[in-house]
Amino acid sequence: MTVMIAYQLSIFAENKPGRLAAVTGILAKEKINIRATTIATSDTFGVINLIVDDPKRAQMVLSKAGMTVNLREVLAVLIEDKPGGLDRLTQLLLKENININNAYGFVLESRERAVFVVDVDQIEKAQKIIEKAGFKTLDADALAAVEPFHYMKY
Amino acid sequence: MYWEKDIETMDRDRLAAIQLERLRETLKKAKKSSYYSEIFKKIGLDTDRVNSLDVIGEIPFTIKDDLREHWPYGFLAVSKDELIRMHSSSGTTGRATVIFHTAGDIEKWTNLVARSMYMAGMRKGDVFQNMMSYGLFTGGLGFHYAAEKVGALVIPAGAGNSKRQIQLLRDFETTVIHIIPSYALLLSTVFEEVGVDPAKDTKLRMAFLGAEPHSEKMRKKIEEIYGFKGYNSYGLSEMNGPGVAFECPFQSGLHIWEDQFFVEIIDPETLKAVPDGEEGELVLTTLVREGMPIFRYRTKDLTRIIPGSCECGRTHRRIDRIKGRTDDMLILKGVNIFPIQIEKKLMEIPGVGTNFQIILEREGYNDYMTVKVEVQKEFFAGDLKQLERLRHRIVDDLKSDILITPKVSLVEPGTLPKSEGKAVRVIDNRKE
Repeated sequence: MTVMIAYQLSIFAENKPGRLAAVTGILAKEKINIRATTIATSDTFGVINLIVDDPKRAQMVLSKAGMTVNLREVLAVLIEDKPGGLDRLTQLLLKENININNAYGFVLESRERAVFVVDVDQIEKAQKIIEKAGFKTLDADALAAVEPFHYMKY
Repeated sequence: MYWEKDIETMDRDRLAAIQLERLRETLKKAKKSSYYSEIFKKIGLDTDRVNSLDVIGEIPFTIKDDLREHWPYGFLAVSKDELIRMHSSSGTTGRATVIFHTAGDIEKWTNLVARSMYMAGMRKGDVFQNMMSYGLFTGGLGFHYAAEKVGALVIPAGAGNSKRQIQLLRDFETTVIHIIPSYALLLSTVFEEVGVDPAKDTKLRMAFLGAEPHSEKMRKKIEEIYGFKGYNSYGLSEMNGPGVAFECPFQSGLHIWEDQFFVEIIDPETLKAVPDGEEGELVLTTLVREGMPIFRYRTKDLTRIIPGSCECGRTHRRIDRIKGRTDDMLILKGVNIFPIQIEKKLMEIPGVGTNFQIILEREGYNDYMTVKVEVQKEFFAGDLKQLERLRHRIVDDLKSDILITPKVSLVEPGTLPKSEGKAVRVIDNRKE
């Protein structure tokens, strides 16, 4: 099994009203779906991190709108949605002394599966370790295909 | 009430005669400098045949860039052995303008500042606390030696460290201080903090307010808080430093010491002299300096000659408090800063984009500078830590150059106004 790489879209934004709305506005217009988001702020500025279903096109449209965008390789790891599910992954990375710069997740099926996005220093090494331990990872296409829990239609 | 009565109250004709005599001497001295010897040759000036002060009008203006271009010794009119001290303009490292002084220069400068302090009312027996930074900046040593010459007990406190300032002031019963006006306001908040009323609980009776232009309103406010008289002090390092012009007890304009400086006020556009009373740029010529005589130095400071005579009896004319600058120099906490310095530093830092903006603000009594810097698009790697590192580097690099710690905020590329005019780079929101 090969581990697949996902992409995280990072946008540099000043910490002021309307910056996130500007990003989501463009993505909505382009019908690009956001799967997960985190924002890291530092005083007057911050970084908006997004997992979207079409990262390359998202990068293009946001750049075209004048935004400062970076596409970054991350690992999107499938984990079990139960106590200890995430812990298994983080303990694994700790054992190998791999630093996690940023991490966030979203539930796929409640109490069944979740996706955990990790931005690590040594992505290739992390890949191998995760693969060996039997985790599944998702690439951009797979991420686009999965239906997160909160988007599920009843 | 006069330090040198004959000089201070000399009639205008005699003053003009002395000026001419001193101009002749200065021209002869300046001829020995590589810079002015060339200028005099170019304009065909015979320094042995000077019969009128009008000759000054034939000499081209000298500007700060001339001092920079002929740095460090191009203006030197004596051999280096004759020099005993150097000073430079505040706030600039790198290519700061440097002024060299002979023993005679220091003696005359010290006397001039002593004359100024004595005029305002400082006497032997006063305790003088100098709250200006010592070192290259002229406000420290310039006042220090002059206060000693007057006979005051000098406390060389230096700048900052507010609680210690108050402690010294209380312990040794300071009566006179030399302070930057914006710092006087800031210090008043520390007085409040430690529960000391500067008007009631101290022996303060007078302050010399210098190194920073300030309004009449600000002076009144400082006087009210401290319960003393504040006297405006004007000078610039190129003309020694403090002691160029100073207020007398009548506090209506600053007497400019015309026995040592030849004064012109010009229209900064046409460069023609404006009549007394009209605002323009102050242009000064040194009349007694030996080490580095300078002719027609454009101070870039806007002021006017106040017509009429002063009740104090001094015949040296008065200039109004400085209204502003004809260039984009800004003064923050008494430090002179040119936007070009900030631009140069920023452009050396990888990751910095093309535009920046300087915002000056006053929060309570604290003045500070925010520099907004565009980040280069290509630099951004999606990493907040990387941006934080960039921000810290900018703060450190700017601090090492302008000597003030700015706030730095990183902004998205293309969000700041393009740098076409000079003015858009600086927004001064400091209010009274």
